[in-house]
Amino acid sequence: MSTSVFTRLHLRDRIRDRDTAVYSILLILALVFPMASIYATDGTALVSQATRAGTFVLLAIGLNVVVGFAGLLDLGYAAFYAIGAYSYALFASTQLVTLGFGEIVPQLFYNFDQWTGGINAVGGIDQPTLPAWIQGPWSGDGPFQVVRNFNFGGDPVAFYVLICILIAAAIILVNNLYRSRLGRAWMAIREDEVAAAAMGINTVTTKLLAFGIGASFSGFAGAFYGANVSLVSPDSFLFIVSITVLVMVVLGGMGNISGVIIGALVLYYVVYYLIPGLPENVRSLANSIGLSSETTRSLADATQHLNYIIYGGILVAMMLLRPQGLLPSRVREQELKHAAVQEEEAAVEMEHAT
Amino acid sequence: MSEQPAPADNILELTDLTKRFGGLVAVDNVSLNIKRGEVFALIGPNGAGKTTLFNNVTGLFQPTSGRVVFDGRDITGSKPHQVARRGIARTFQNIRLFDYMTCLDNVRVGRHVRMKATVFDSLFKLPRERREEERVTEEAMEFLRFVGIAKHADQYARNLAYGQQRRLEIARALATDPKLLLLDEPAAGFTPQEKVELMKLVKKILGRGITVFLIEHDMKVVMGISERIVVLDHGEKIAEGSPDEVRKDVRVIEAYLGKSA
Repeated sequence: MSTSVFTRLHLRDRIRDRDTAVYSILLILALVFPMASIYATDGTALVSQATRAGTFVLLAIGLNVVVGFAGLLDLGYAAFYAIGAYSYALFASTQLVTLGFGEIVPQLFYNFDQWTGGINAVGGIDQPTLPAWIQGPWSGDGPFQVVRNFNFGGDPVAFYVLICILIAAAIILVNNLYRSRLGRAWMAIREDEVAAAAMGINTVTTKLLAFGIGASFSGFAGAFYGANVSLVSPDSFLFIVSITVLVMVVLGGMGNISGVIIGALVLYYVVYYLIPGLPENVRSLANSIGLSSETTRSLADATQHLNYIIYGGILVAMMLLRPQGLLPSRVREQELKHAAVQEEEAAVEMEHAT
Repeated sequence: MSEQPAPADNILELTDLTKRFGGLVAVDNVSLNIKRGEVFALIGPNGAGKTTLFNNVTGLFQPTSGRVVFDGRDITGSKPHQVARRGIARTFQNIRLFDYMTCLDNVRVGRHVRMKATVFDSLFKLPRERREEERVTEEAMEFLRFVGIAKHADQYARNLAYGQQRRLEIARALATDPKLLLLDEPAAGFTPQEKVELMKLVKKILGRGITVFLIEHDMKVVMGISERIVVLDHGEKIAEGSPDEVRKDVRVIEAYLGKSA
């Protein structure tokens, strides 16, 4: 009885409620963060970092469409990120989804050096501005123009605001898709491809659409990245980026947009703060407990070398503790619960049999 | 193919349909015609090739040879989704619902093929997409009511009782607006009471102008609702006729009970 009450009618409302809470918290944090960090650190470095994190949030939201909604694996995701960034870089200044593709695109950008600068990267990319007709006749340098031309150049807060707007738009659009004909078709394919086809869903085009929509978000994030850092080099789009974004999605909770956002933020912190900062932290810790400078150095070096092992350890621990993700979709939660129950039953049966 | 016959009497015509898997002949030269608006049953011992025949009709398998003509059109070798669009819906022997979707969503997936919203419409929730979603939700509820499980609309399909799952699968198939409905052992595992209710449901489906083609083991159900029966054994058609004719057929009795010494 209790299970049927749990799954009945209020299911949807409960999901909405939790999402509303998470989104409200995120919105407040997004608003407070720049002010608080500028006030506390007297600089905008943290805001820039938050903007970088936001790029990954955008990437994760896009990949969630492929992995979480349609249940497909996309290992070449960073390729579209790269394409977006280079497109922006090349057009704004003077542009299949396999592991292979993900590897080919950076290599291509490496080797097409007359356009992309090869390993030297494209630098000095123009910062985006708003067109004059949006800014109005009062902007500019003339006598009647009272407002400065709006320009993103050199202002990290402007980029921060832009990425927040982009993320908000992405959430709305992806949510719309999820609750549409196409969203249901993706779910159906994930649940049972044969039955989905028998119900008239063209599984091939529907899957391609998932890849395509995911890739367009990735490209968008790439273009933003190019504009933001105004320097794109092939190193920013290696295979590890595809993997990192995939881990963000899985860790956050496949199929649940708010979970994926949390996952992206947490993992961004782990990958770009916690792990690179570890040797320094180990050093100061060793210093403070009074170890000799020799051991301190070797300890710090060891942590440096074990970077990826520590990263891997953190991922394994997280998957063991919360296999469903930090903030899973209800479906995923139920799936795992049922799987666990079935395993238990099987174990009990085995015991009886012997 | 311009000599399109005016609304054919036969909704489905199978001509010399053969399906081989390597050396195994699962369906062997089967021809049959199903008339518009009848209940047509396919019976036979286990492994006779009944489900394989269904899979060939619905495009899950490509027939090795032979033709499938549906509603006057050759659909041999069509993809499953094309077949569904043309108007053939089916259920599965081992229920294949979308387990972790609600009953309502299961039926709305069935409606997919009759919807028009494009990616663009959905992405921006345009008014016409909203209207279509509302309409489809209403229609889906109607189908759930039709099979009698409307009160479970918001439950996950996997949490339904077995009999309700069978009903949901029928509702999902009906949602595609089929002209021909293929039911693969719809009464399997049913209590006698449930079987009676199923037979009523099939009559109701017939009342909507949908032809029913079913595979069934339960002779009471088969004899009770079908007008014509084809018997398959080892992939071959061994008998065809009214329930009474088939019941008396020597080859059918042999196939089911073995040759008498």
